[in-house]
Amino acid sequence: MHEEIEEYKNGFNKNLWKKVLTYLLKHLKYLLFLLGCLTLLAGLDALTPLLTKYAIDTYIETNSTNNLAWFILVYFAIIGTKAVSVFGLIYFAETLFVEVSHNIRIDAFKKLQKLSFTYYDKNTVGSLITRVTSDTWSLTSIISWGLVDLIWGSLTIITVTILMFILNVKVTLSLLGVIPLLLIVSILFQKKILKSTREARKYNSAITSSFNEGIQGATTTKTLVRENKNLQEFDIKTERLKSSAIKIAILSALFFPIVSAIGILGTSLALWSGGVMVFGGIITIGTLSAFIAYTQLFFFPINDMARIFANFQMAQAAGERVFTLLEAGIDIHDNEKVLLKYGLVKPSDPVSKLEGFIEFKHVSFQYKDGEKVLDDFNLKVKKGETIAIVGETGSGKTTIVNLACRFYEPTSGQILIDGKDYKDIPLMNIQGNLGYMLQNPHLFSGTIEDNIIYGNLNATKEQVKSVSKLVNAHEFISNFKDGYNHKLSKGGGGLSTGQKQLVCIARAIIANPSIFILDEATSSVDTHTEKAIQDAIGAVIKGRTSFVIAHRLSTIRKADRILLLDKGKIVEEGTHEDLIKKKDRYYKLYTSQFLEEQELEILK
Amino acid sequence: MKHKKFNLILSFIKGNRKNYLLSIIFMILATVTSLINPLIIKLAIDSIIDNKKVDLSGVLLTLYHNIGGRDYLIGNLWVLGIILILISLLNGIFSFYSKKHIALVSEKTAKNMRNKLYNHIQYLSYSYHTKVDTGDLIQRCTSDLEKIRSFLSQQFMEIIRAFTLVVSALLIMLSLNVKLSLVSFIVTPIIIFVAFKFFKYIKIKFKETDEAESAMTTILQENLSSMRIVRAFAKQDYEIDKFISASTKFKNTDFTVSKLMAWYWGITDLICDIQIGSILILGTFWAAQNLLSVGTLIAFIAYAQNMIWPIRNLGRVLADLGKASVSLNRIYEIFNEEGEEIDLETGLKPDIEGDIVFNNVSFEYEKNKPVLNNISFSVKKGQTVAILGGTGAGKTTLVNLIVRLFDVKSGYITIDGINIKDINRKWLREKIGIVLQEPFLFSRSIKENITFSNYSASDTRIKDVCKMASIYDVILGFDKGFDTMVGEKGVTLSGGQKQRVAIARTLLNKNKILIFDDSLSAVDVQTDAFIRERLKKNLSKTTTFIISHRISTLMQADLILVMEKGEITQQGTHKTLINEVGLYKEVFDIQSSFTKGGVSNA
Repeated sequence: MHEEIEEYKNGFNKNLWKKVLTYLLKHLKYLLFLLGCLTLLAGLDALTPLLTKYAIDTYIETNSTNNLAWFILVYFAIIGTKAVSVFGLIYFAETLFVEVSHNIRIDAFKKLQKLSFTYYDKNTVGSLITRVTSDTWSLTSIISWGLVDLIWGSLTIITVTILMFILNVKVTLSLLGVIPLLLIVSILFQKKILKSTREARKYNSAITSSFNEGIQGATTTKTLVRENKNLQEFDIKTERLKSSAIKIAILSALFFPIVSAIGILGTSLALWSGGVMVFGGIITIGTLSAFIAYTQLFFFPINDMARIFANFQMAQAAGERVFTLLEAGIDIHDNEKVLLKYGLVKPSDPVSKLEGFIEFKHVSFQYKDGEKVLDDFNLKVKKGETIAIVGETGSGKTTIVNLACRFYEPTSGQILIDGKDYKDIPLMNIQGNLGYMLQNPHLFSGTIEDNIIYGNLNATKEQVKSVSKLVNAHEFISNFKDGYNHKLSKGGGGLSTGQKQLVCIARAIIANPSIFILDEATSSVDTHTEKAIQDAIGAVIKGRTSFVIAHRLSTIRKADRILLLDKGKIVEEGTHEDLIKKKDRYYKLYTSQFLEEQELEILK
Repeated sequence: MKHKKFNLILSFIKGNRKNYLLSIIFMILATVTSLINPLIIKLAIDSIIDNKKVDLSGVLLTLYHNIGGRDYLIGNLWVLGIILILISLLNGIFSFYSKKHIALVSEKTAKNMRNKLYNHIQYLSYSYHTKVDTGDLIQRCTSDLEKIRSFLSQQFMEIIRAFTLVVSALLIMLSLNVKLSLVSFIVTPIIIFVAFKFFKYIKIKFKETDEAESAMTTILQENLSSMRIVRAFAKQDYEIDKFISASTKFKNTDFTVSKLMAWYWGITDLICDIQIGSILILGTFWAAQNLLSVGTLIAFIAYAQNMIWPIRNLGRVLADLGKASVSLNRIYEIFNEEGEEIDLETGLKPDIEGDIVFNNVSFEYEKNKPVLNNISFSVKKGQTVAILGGTGAGKTTLVNLIVRLFDVKSGYITIDGINIKDINRKWLREKIGIVLQEPFLFSRSIKENITFSNYSASDTRIKDVCKMASIYDVILGFDKGFDTMVGEKGVTLSGGQKQRVAIARTLLNKNKILIFDDSLSAVDVQTDAFIRERLKKNLSKTTTFIISHRISTLMQADLILVMEKGEITQQGTHKTLINEVGLYKEVFDIQSSFTKGGVSNA
């Protein structure tokens, strides 16, 4: 669970709204229909009090019901149209909302596929998911509904004011007198409420984290007898939230009576000056009743304006988070020379095969704001060679592999593939020639077959089967009722860890990569599956340039060359037999690890 | 069952019941006062501006005449204006107090619920925690709790408001004009019914939308967590297509719901307008025949408009009632589980020396699936017991019994001759330090984590335990040293570092009994030996249990237990066990073949 660091900028972010506008304009048709419905609705809402006025003046005051039938028809025509425009309003507002959300989500997802790993180092998966889903939702829902409220509110205010002026200038002016007061009060309150709302959200988040921690650490709490202290600390948090929430509720509770009192003040002024005028015969009772209705119609959107602007501010905050993603710079991409020569090479373009000669030439590397992990690192790898990399955490094993895949680029020095600086090769070409296996097997929800052909979407069912047989996965897959069509749940659920690993290896083989990366799992599985995995690994690395970050002795011994790393430097290099004879650091590492593996074997 | 759940809610509201009542009373007063203004407007229009007979009686009539009646008011309409303002002020005040009290109630209740829930969860048994789905549990503590809070503060009050409004308005309108009242209320039950039916139906559609959204989020989440795989297999375009397809499906289901909402609002708007239209038209018709006054008509329209929103909302609120009930159920289930609070105060609190005896102890998690069988052994204070065995042999369960994370099913365990079942649980755990197999560190500073069981430990003590656990230099090596934050928002420690911090944490209180559950598995052999050396020096008087598979550790114990499939198969010292055929000898043989310098072929 992460906490969003929300930086609230007060003030209007023009650039953001310009970009939002471009998204809205893609659906100009719906926007126009929406505006049409809003105008119609505002107009009809404004007309309704006039109907009452007409009814009173024409029929009641004259005590005649001639042509009442016409009136009924007109009335029903008006409310019928109103119902249609309400329907249209919601229909088009929602259409805009779902379409724009969809567009933004897709653009964000596409962007995420291009962003380099330095971006992923700085942003947690959780925060990125929030940006694509809930921030986008907040932004678009507030825009579409905020826009509706804003436009309807403004149109209503304008139409009503005009109509009131037409009816009677003096009464209208006495109504308008209270507006400045209303606006000041509204803005003051909304600011305070917004501040408290953000506070409350932060506190709520802290409480959720506490629950999470309390649940995960429950056993530890018991053994350290911390129940009371934990509760005390938790109580402080719930108390904070309670105070904050009560503050918000009281502010809101104050706000409504105050603004409606001001509104009533306006109505009273209207009633007083209007009543006086009825006596003077200046206006009719019908007009007066229309005015009374108009005051209600008038003050509602005015009181709402402050809330609408507060919402736009929240939308702005969400929007900023979304757009920083959409506009993030892409670190690693093809340079101009490459684009000119090869054009834009897409991931789905057919791959031109690389041989697999890799050379690191005086490569230095450091992660952003980190220390140097590699310094003047040199390595030449022949085509088809298997390199095992061993060393402690932080010695640079993963970095070397990351650089070889061009997930990161060297801060200085060059990496050559097949003799060419790899920055002069299209990125997609390099990555299209890779096969990768992570420490924890990563599969996707979908069928087993889907997961295997992920390595090569053009693979036939026969190829899938033969690859599965090669890695000893065919048997357990066939044991499922729906065999290769067996559906896996999120993250590849439904298979044991060992089985997942075998499927991952099958995927890597079917991709037939020129360069294979294996980050070996440290967890152990049962002996039978372990053997299957070992055989499968042997099958993959045969004849293929491979980098293996190895933890298992049997894997290390399969390598053509072993590199022992320490703090970014190769301290020992050679075949397994060579290094054992040296009786140096590799020998020490090997023996203690071997000992441990053997013991664990016996205990199984 | 329902009775118990209702009691549960009552217990949460306890102490706030007065506020709740006040809130309801103020709400009723506010609602009633909001209905007065149309009457004043009616008075103004009918009896003052026009010249109809005044429609008041009793006290109000006297008051009216005392002010000066029509004659006075004609020239001083502002008086009515003032009265309008005063009444709306009164309304505002009642409304404010109602909302204030309900806020107090609901937030205090929410705080109460959160605290009680948190506390109870801490006390729920170890076996509960190993089986529970943490994600689901958190959802209950957050969103289900929120739904209940929202119900108590908003929906419940909505129902009362709508009810009061309808009843009061009906009474007032009936007193003004019976025929028009009937016209005004024809539509009300229809709207409530339509709203209710609609929202029940739309729940199904919402569920479909939820599922589509969930599927889309899964694709996003898998994509982001497996970014290396996606790039390495160059499947960006494939992933984009997958996501577009899922997003489109979500968009379409969402839109289906929206279309339904558009129909709902359009139709109900029409129905409400027909309602008002009927009042207007029939009212006009009758008023034109002088059967009712203009003021009355205007008042009726005002009442009708006032009622529309609460009534439409009522249908939705009723349909949502189901949600609150489901949430209450889910929270009730948590409280229904028994926790360790029940024997919080019971039990002896003896001084602990450290003699431990297991007497024919057996234990099983589920019926007929024994985890421990007839475990018997005896340890004297200050001795070291080492336990060797494979995964699933029962080692962790054995030590967990000592701190009463479980209680034995048969047989008994004694410490200094006292059955541990008779010892107060918390007291026992305070006296015994245990380092769990997978140590958990809290999202706080390293110092806070180490002093977790005793915040007032001195800095020298902290330094000592960190040196014993061989973690002192590592901590100083971090940027902020002891103040470095650990956990999700902080630094991620390696497995070995976590274990050492956990060891330091456990050593803080100089317990007489210490348990190390495979606590040095992630640390390399040298550091392991180093730590144990220090421990031996400092803990010579402490009864120690060590679970390990390293012979170098096992060798030095006063008593070695070899466990297989829940039973002790061998018991003795190193000297006796190397002369027995068994697991111990097998493991020992491998070690010795190595220290002799040979490298066997694997």
